[in-house]
Amino acid sequence: MNIKSNWWKITGVILVLFSLYQGLMGRVPVLPILHETIRNIYYHVPMWFAMVVLFVFNAIYSIKYLSSGNEHHDNVAVEAANVGLFLGVLGLITGMLWAKFTWGEAWSNDPKQNSAAIGMLVYLAYFVLRGSLDEAQKRAKISAVYSVFAFPVMIVLLFILPRLTDSLHPGNGGNPGFNKYDMDNQMRMVFYPAVIGWILIGVWVMQLRVRLLEITNQILEN
Amino acid sequence: MKKIFIFGLLTFMVQWAFAQAPTAAPVEMADAMRSSGKIYVVIGTISVVFIGLAIYLFSIDKRLSKLEKEHK
Repeated sequence: MNIKSNWWKITGVILVLFSLYQGLMGRVPVLPILHETIRNIYYHVPMWFAMVVLFVFNAIYSIKYLSSGNEHHDNVAVEAANVGLFLGVLGLITGMLWAKFTWGEAWSNDPKQNSAAIGMLVYLAYFVLRGSLDEAQKRAKISAVYSVFAFPVMIVLLFILPRLTDSLHPGNGGNPGFNKYDMDNQMRMVFYPAVIGWILIGVWVMQLRVRLLEITNQILEN
Repeated sequence: MKKIFIFGLLTFMVQWAFAQAPTAAPVEMADAMRSSGKIYVVIGTISVVFIGLAIYLFSIDKRLSKLEKEHK
């Protein structure tokens, strides 16, 4: 294990471990309805943060592919979307569980829930598109163009539309940002490490998948 | 980059020296769970699962590195 090039993987593991411990043991504000479930913020929200970061990777590497035609850039773009989608599904499931016991229903057609689901479908369509094209270069090019358009749609769906209307999610319905979260400073000291940790782990899994894909291609070629 | 990261991390840790403000109105929390001290069992379980996953990821990483070396 080369510490010099892998320090960020170790950092990710340590940060998540820290958030697992401190997330359960740390003091949280006493809030009605939420009670102890406020701690979910350390585990549910980082999934979405990591997903967005991976979709940013997808968009950047799609643009890179379009300008370079380098196969590696396409590989990174696909695997970023892949891991991002996976994290998004985890976010949806954990959100539904949380909603069931605080909002009363797993799916209450909350604007942010709906648009998150639509955002997932946009990226599912990315894979449908890729699956429908046989020729590798054409597939890479067309799906890269699709990605460039899908990314702003995802951002609008997740961060703009829910804010224009009333939402059960905190921080929506006019008042954006973290100040509306029922989070005090002590919670932030767990929340931010959790977010950074999960982002690092998401990127790590993506990197592993890219390497696996490329080594497989290489072996198949020989 | 690495130094900045570690610096940021330590800055976070320092925050733990402060705070511990008194809580407001008593709302029902899982105090029994805490007082019994058995919450550590749960933390232990979660940590074991996560450390296991991390080791698994590291081993995949290592095997990939080996493969990449062989095929270069």
